[in-house]
Amino acid sequence: MSTDFTYDLTIHHAPDEGGHFLANGTLFGGCFAAETLMQPLKEIETAFFEAWADDEFQAERLSLLKHYAGRATPLYHAQRLSKEVGGAQIYLKREDLNHTGAHKLNNTIGQALLARRMGKKKVIAETGAGQHGVATATVAALFDMQCDIYMGREDMRRQAPNVFRMKLLGANVIPVDSGTATLKDAVNEALRVWVANCEDTFYIFGTAAGPHPFPIMVRQFHTVIGQEARAQCLEQAGKLPDVAVACVGGGSNAIGLLHPLRDDDIRLVAVEAAGYGLETKEHAAALCKGKAGIIHGSLSYLLENDEGQVQPTHSISAGLDYPGVGPELAAMMESGRLEVDSATDDEALAAFQTLTKIEGIIPALESSHAIAAGMRIAAGMKPEHIVLINLSGRGDKDLGTVMDKLAVNAEGEAA
Amino acid sequence: MSRLSDVFSRCKSAHRSALVSYLTAGDPNIKTSEILLNTLAAQSDILEIGMPFSDPMADGPVIQAASERALAAGTHIQDVFRLTAQVRQQHPDLGIVLMGYANIPFVLGFENFAKQAVSAGADAVLLVDIPPEEGHICDAIFQQYGLDRILLLSPTSTEERIQLVCKHASGFIYYVSLNGITGADMGDMAAIEQQVGHIRKHTTLPLCVGFGVKTAKQAQEVGNFADGVVIGSHFVHTIPTHIADLETMNQALKQASLSIKEALLA
Repeated sequence: MSTDFTYDLTIHHAPDEGGHFLANGTLFGGCFAAETLMQPLKEIETAFFEAWADDEFQAERLSLLKHYAGRATPLYHAQRLSKEVGGAQIYLKREDLNHTGAHKLNNTIGQALLARRMGKKKVIAETGAGQHGVATATVAALFDMQCDIYMGREDMRRQAPNVFRMKLLGANVIPVDSGTATLKDAVNEALRVWVANCEDTFYIFGTAAGPHPFPIMVRQFHTVIGQEARAQCLEQAGKLPDVAVACVGGGSNAIGLLHPLRDDDIRLVAVEAAGYGLETKEHAAALCKGKAGIIHGSLSYLLENDEGQVQPTHSISAGLDYPGVGPELAAMMESGRLEVDSATDDEALAAFQTLTKIEGIIPALESSHAIAAGMRIAAGMKPEHIVLINLSGRGDKDLGTVMDKLAVNAEGEAA
Repeated sequence: MSRLSDVFSRCKSAHRSALVSYLTAGDPNIKTSEILLNTLAAQSDILEIGMPFSDPMADGPVIQAASERALAAGTHIQDVFRLTAQVRQQHPDLGIVLMGYANIPFVLGFENFAKQAVSAGADAVLLVDIPPEEGHICDAIFQQYGLDRILLLSPTSTEERIQLVCKHASGFIYYVSLNGITGADMGDMAAIEQQVGHIRKHTTLPLCVGFGVKTAKQAQEVGNFADGVVIGSHFVHTIPTHIADLETMNQALKQASLSIKEALLA
């Protein structure tokens, strides 16, 4: 692969003016925000589309992606894993090799450039697993911006190494105790803080969800993943993949990989966190088990009760532990373009161990869900087929969680 | 004439600003909430009855906690309608606004919601996260059922947005006095007065000012230029303060609302 990748900067499948994605007459997305945020959101929308069309902005963004983040990330043919599974050839898109260890930096570089262009000196962000928080703290350090990260106290416990990383990078990490003290509550709190400080503060939203223009903007910043993977697969395998698989919490790595492939004849699969099982209430599978709902400024699928109260979620991975999902993925599912699948905590944990032992790659627990489902799908296919899996992040941050969980499982077996 | 416009006409004849009060339905529990809502209704011209929601993104800690208490006490949307009907029965002239977040009526179905809201005696609906741009999902239904749709304006609202909101709002317009969440500290009074004056050029609807009004003095100052003064967190706060003793809680709420009412009459 040549080092100078040429990206397609055309915006394909844009939502309507109000940020709505339509599928079979059903509407997703939009801008369900409080009045105080409407003007700041409009300003971001205008600035984003102007910047996107500005050669200088794009040149700086792409230069940072190349020289700072290390793009293009490799596409790796996992031959030992493919052999182990005994079906299709498995290719891994190595977003874990992106600077800061996950795909998240693609988006924060873009939004930080936009914040600087808009004259904002302060950035805030929510984070679940801490990967978006780290990616935001990283660009804040690079651009010399003040940075506050909101993180559920439960997630701070689960992802302690990332909390320390953010602090080292100079960010303030502010614990959120309200609600379930996880990602959704961190979003609530960041929105509250943004309302009060929207004049000088840019909210670097971490996933392709939230009010318009965040879903389209975050998607555009992440399409580098799918564009590279598509070209790399053609170059290495001489053809496109048959299936593309990505894990979904809010859905930023999934939309980044899958969106550039949606006009190809490729099965697109989103893998949600099934936690203790889809038959229990302890999961985070909004596409598989949710209903239409409005949360965090956007109409999409949501895990909620019959009266619209958002339900607590569970996943072994903090980054997938979110009751909603990006509106564009919801629309793609509704229209039949996107298949949804899921992996339980235990399946993800097993995939985490398998990939580590067989390929020497320690995946993030989030990405391990995609690996688990991808292996299952590949097993049912022929060796001439290709399954492309987004390895969205590396697993160093999860070692504590995995260590605890394996110890508990071992105790269970011994007993 | 809607009941809300009657309320504002009455207040105007009396040369005073309307007291628009807020409590979350079911806080701290359904039984106590009925008593508290009626106590507050007796002093108020308009009562905003909050529909508890798991994720109150625009609310400060006081009203967030109120939602959590109400949900923990098992408050369902049917209880909100029942409480509304009970208040309506005792206060036939009171303006009643159901206030909350989009997802509650969305999941119930806007038509179903509107039908039950009207039959419970509500006059209007205020949904914080449905700006005029997204009104296409509910406006026609609310209009069909004769429910006013209260819209918000804020210090960040541009000229263009002020016009848009004035075009789509009915009942009254709620001016959020600060960039922030409910219960924050109030902004500069002169700037608020100026902005309210500016909005008046675009609408004949009554203008109420809220978010951050906590003291009788502030209420009086706002009352000098606004058609209504909205008090929420200040009233809600009496509940956790006296959580152990219902009688004291009810008295404290009565006192708090009386002192604001007197300030508006003065």
